[in-house]
Amino acid sequence: MLTLLPTLAAASFLVFLFIHLIPGDPAAILLGDAATPEAAAALSKELGLDEPLLKQYALWLGNVAQGDLGTSIFFQQPVLSVIGDGAETSILLAVMTMFWIIAFGVPVGVISAIRRGSWIDQISSGGAMLFASVPTFWLGLYLIHIFSVGLGWFPSSGFPSISDDGGLANLRYLLLPSLTLAAPNAALIIRLVRASMLDVSREDYVRTARAKGLHPARVAVRHVFRNALIAVAAAFGFTFAALVSEAVVTETVFSLPGIGRLVVQSILRRDYPVIQGVVLVVVVLYMAVNLLVDLAYASLDPRVSLN
Amino acid sequence: MPLLDVSELEISVHSTGGDIAVVKGVSFQVNKSGTIGIVGESGCGKSLTSLAIMGLLDGSQARTTGGTVRFEGTELLGLTMRERRKIMGNQMSMIFQEPMTSLNPVYRVGDQIAEALRQHRSLTRKAARERAIELLRMVRIPRPDERIDCFPHQLSGGQRQRVMVAIAIACEPKLLIADEPTTALDVTVQKEILGLLRDLQEQTGMAVVLISHDLGVVAETCDFVAIMYRGKIVETGRAEDVFSSVAHPYTRGLLNSIPPVDRDVEVLNEIPGRVPSIEQNVPGCSFHSRCTIAAGICREIDPEFSTVSGKHEVRCHFALGSNNRAE
Repeated sequence: MLTLLPTLAAASFLVFLFIHLIPGDPAAILLGDAATPEAAAALSKELGLDEPLLKQYALWLGNVAQGDLGTSIFFQQPVLSVIGDGAETSILLAVMTMFWIIAFGVPVGVISAIRRGSWIDQISSGGAMLFASVPTFWLGLYLIHIFSVGLGWFPSSGFPSISDDGGLANLRYLLLPSLTLAAPNAALIIRLVRASMLDVSREDYVRTARAKGLHPARVAVRHVFRNALIAVAAAFGFTFAALVSEAVVTETVFSLPGIGRLVVQSILRRDYPVIQGVVLVVVVLYMAVNLLVDLAYASLDPRVSLN
Repeated sequence: MPLLDVSELEISVHSTGGDIAVVKGVSFQVNKSGTIGIVGESGCGKSLTSLAIMGLLDGSQARTTGGTVRFEGTELLGLTMRERRKIMGNQMSMIFQEPMTSLNPVYRVGDQIAEALRQHRSLTRKAARERAIELLRMVRIPRPDERIDCFPHQLSGGQRQRVMVAIAIACEPKLLIADEPTTALDVTVQKEILGLLRDLQEQTGMAVVLISHDLGVVAETCDFVAIMYRGKIVETGRAEDVFSSVAHPYTRGLLNSIPPVDRDVEVLNEIPGRVPSIEQNVPGCSFHSRCTIAAGICREIDPEFSTVSGKHEVRCHFALGSNNRAE
């Protein structure tokens, strides 16, 4: 747990340096093309952007320690509330995506492994290969083209809150985006589940299970799948990292008011406090997910002890 | 009627050049409460034979292509998998060479024993647990009521093999197949496990098929023995007959290669040459290329069994008459 803080500090410092390396002055962008250099300089001074970088970082870090992520230069609102506005979309998108990944990836992988070499396996392995290699933005655009523009089944962009008119039915706005985001990751999980099931099925203890006269389904689930799950659980940590970066692309393609699109727009606006804040939140989330993965790992494998 | 009657068993493995028979015409019987040792070097087909009897050949690589396996008069090879599973782990069970990897690492040993029990007996969870503790006591694991909740990684190799034995005898089988049960263990632990098997056999009256490459182990524990070379039984008979008057040059070679314990030797005796690969089709006697007494006929005609005395039979044109462990 104590490694969390140094990691956070290092990540935030690196991001701080990188965004200040991007050419462009937030004050000039905020004031538009007509602004005089003097006016821009005055605004920079007001925002504290004329201070030395290290001093700016130290100030920011001090505020963060007190729970204050600063104020968005663009929105003129606290960064936390700006991020909070995008959180609903991103969290719902993440939950739906994880649902597809688990609901498709795990069973298809299991069936593929049990029926290795059959036509079901050929189709699912081929499909997994295809979806693992399709770029997210292309898949997103294609789904919009077919299901929104062509068939008109689903909306192509935006997401009204589920507390607005329509309630939970508004989740249909997230259907195509979540499928887009899930496809490459579910494909990876299919391949991983299949490969680790086939690995485990060659283990001696699987032969022991068969020698007990157990039904093949029981052997597959209780002995093979249960052990394959250990490798699969570890992969969910990486899947989360992949999801974060792909969510940025997906939210942009579908114009979803989420944190992913917020970060893209904030980079274009040189809205330093928002970028910093989002990165901090993502790093914390990533660590939390990995902690969960470690806990899951320990509960799945009695040989692992948490120390 | 023998408990197990294997007759003309043939097992083939799939390869790019078509099926290759790796076990050919293997026949032997095991009587109720009897013990047979099947001996041979790695790759001679002894493990495949045991897996075929048990019903554990996975089909994609190796399968039985001929012969019969009768268990209590029932032809096993003709049964559906569903019917075979009723026998597996119940009337017939098996322990394996690798105790370190033969238990599922994620389940407690008690659950793994109970799983075998509950598969074939309708026992409550509690009754299965009590029976599992009793079984652990039978295989002489100290403090069985505590060890039952251990995971396999918390036990030593010898203890894991004892757990495997407990799983195998859980449903009081009539036949136990032990495929090199002590090969991976220390010599002292080996002796304990073999002693345990012998005692359990006396207590329960089960028959044992012991697969081994260790002639010493077989001589000590088995009343019947079959020596295999390249997928065929080359010599078989009552253990005392075979060991007192070895008839096949291969058996003689195996015996001579056991290092003496009473004196130091510079060079260990070995059988010259190496086993021809299974893809290679060897005409005549499959041992002729390594045999010191091979003659022209051995390269052309594969010998049939001839009787040495009683049930002692050998496949050799020049079966050695009397035997001493001489060069």
